Amino acid sequence: MSYPPQNRQAGADREIPSTLSTLYQEVILDHYRRPRNKGVLEGATHTITMNNPLCGDVIELMLRVAGDRIQEARFAGRGCSISQASASMLTGRVAGRTLEEAVELSARFTRLLHGDEGLLDDDDLGDLRALAGVSRFPVRIKCALLGWNCLEELSDAGDDESVAGPE
Amino acid sequence: MEANATPRDRAASHDLADIRAQFPILEREVNGRPLVYLDSAASAQQPQRVIDRIERYCREQHANVHRGAHALSVEATEAFEGARQLVAGHVGVSDPAEIVFTRGTTESVNLVAASWGAANVGAGDEIVLTKMEHHSNIVPWQLLARRTGAVLRYVDVTPDGRLDLDDYARLLGPRTRLVGVTHVSNGLGTINPVVEITELAHDAGALVLVDGAQAAPHLMVDTHAIGCDFYAFSGHKMCGPTGIGALWARRELLEGMEPYQGGGEMISEVTLEGSKWAEIPHKFEAGTPNIAGAVGFGEAVAFLSDVGHDRLAAHEDEIIAYALERLSAVPGVTLYGPRENRTSVFSFTLGDIHPHDLSTILDQGGIAIRAGHHCNQPLMDHMGVSATARASFYLYNTRAEVDALIDGLGMAARVFGGVSSTE
Repeated sequence: MSYPPQNRQAGADREIPSTLSTLYQEVILDHYRRPRNKGVLEGATHTITMNNPLCGDVIELMLRVAGDRIQEARFAGRGCSISQASASMLTGRVAGRTLEEAVELSARFTRLLHGDEGLLDDDDLGDLRALAGVSRFPVRIKCALLGWNCLEELSDAGDDESVAGPE
Repeated sequence: MEANATPRDRAASHDLADIRAQFPILEREVNGRPLVYLDSAASAQQPQRVIDRIERYCREQHANVHRGAHALSVEATEAFEGARQLVAGHVGVSDPAEIVFTRGTTESVNLVAASWGAANVGAGDEIVLTKMEHHSNIVPWQLLARRTGAVLRYVDVTPDGRLDLDDYARLLGPRTRLVGVTHVSNGLGTINPVVEITELAHDAGALVLVDGAQAAPHLMVDTHAIGCDFYAFSGHKMCGPTGIGALWARRELLEGMEPYQGGGEMISEVTLEGSKWAEIPHKFEAGTPNIAGAVGFGEAVAFLSDVGHDRLAAHEDEIIAYALERLSAVPGVTLYGPRENRTSVFSFTLGDIHPHDLSTILDQGGIAIRAGHHCNQPLMDHMGVSATARASFYLYNTRAEVDALIDGLGMAARVFGGVSSTE
């Protein structure tokens, strides 16, 4: 059966558009498929679970804070490559920082997602810079921020007021 | 395929091109590529004649309905009530007073839960729903149960995406007041045996509400043949505008029910001490209704009726067969829902690529699909997935668009450097 030719797509060997190769960089897919610091954090002092009701993505962020520094961060959850890779990267980037410093990093990362290209030179953001391509996909920004929203919630709740649930 | 095209194929192709030409939105591009719209189960597109009809109403006929004696009010009322008659006819209803205009399926279900439910469901009474219901046929009953102390029970779904009728029979009992079931699953495409379900419910002394949101656009619906008590559906899933839908119920049921909302339009007499209700269906249509929406809804069902059920069904069968064949041949694709007795909505996953990533990648190729839980969280939990991709087809979709989807899945696999299994 024949249909109007304009509805034909190019073959499956069509080149990957640059917007997609920028969004789905290898380092992101690597964090998605081999997440770092995933699983229960023994001795967590801070735990919170947040979800994105629109798409069903879930991140549980667990921190072990001693003194005023995050000693260790782990996460659990499920969702798209962007939300999971971003959370995986988060756990690596926030260890060793104070909650305040981690929240400041979150603010810079948020600016990067909103297209602040100056931050591409910010070595402190590390792998997170690979997520800069998300700025071209506004509906996906909330995916990249889910883990960071957890961090900010935990920080807002304060040190004493841990949101930890029974494990 | 072109080389083997028979004269009949060519005629069908011409026919489809003619239908596509009536939908102006199909001419546009998305991300530099021709739009391939595979999200009609969320909302279908509108043909030019529906757009024109709404515009003509606004330009030439608008006034409030059932109010004035002036010419425009009479014309607007005729257009509004004419639309009710068209919508009634589309679901096999001869008495248009049995059709209540609502904002959509969701409001139709809420109306029944709030009005009929409040008067007929008490503590310990049971409402039987299914695990494949859309949230809009779950949450209104949860609200009712919370107010009344009623108990909700959910019919199980089989691994191949059908209702477990043995489980259903077990759940029916002397306390069952109502069975709420979707005619067609919005997540799986399953066509449920609503006649049999209704018979069993009636034998148990329960009423039946059928959610027809996904069925009315695709199937020849005859509420009397089904035998159910309430049938709810939406205009925008069947080529009409958003914000308008309908509830059908048998006359005596509607007459016995209390109003859903109070206000103008729904009264016959108001004093400071109390009021008398208008006749049905106006008793349930408080306030100035969505007149333009209703007129557009009426035009949409007239359009579908002009296309004809046979042509709709033949096209649907062809798309189902072709999409099933091509989708199931893609490495890494898991298809949910039955192979037969289904409509053209296909939920699937592709390896470990999350449906949202799939949707983003397909969108770059101009292909619109839905990703997520499709307002079907209990069903998703039951299937053990948190989200699926859903491609849903309608009368304007082509086999070439199935091909485009398959090519898009190939692109997604390459963006992700291959498809690995999640198992």
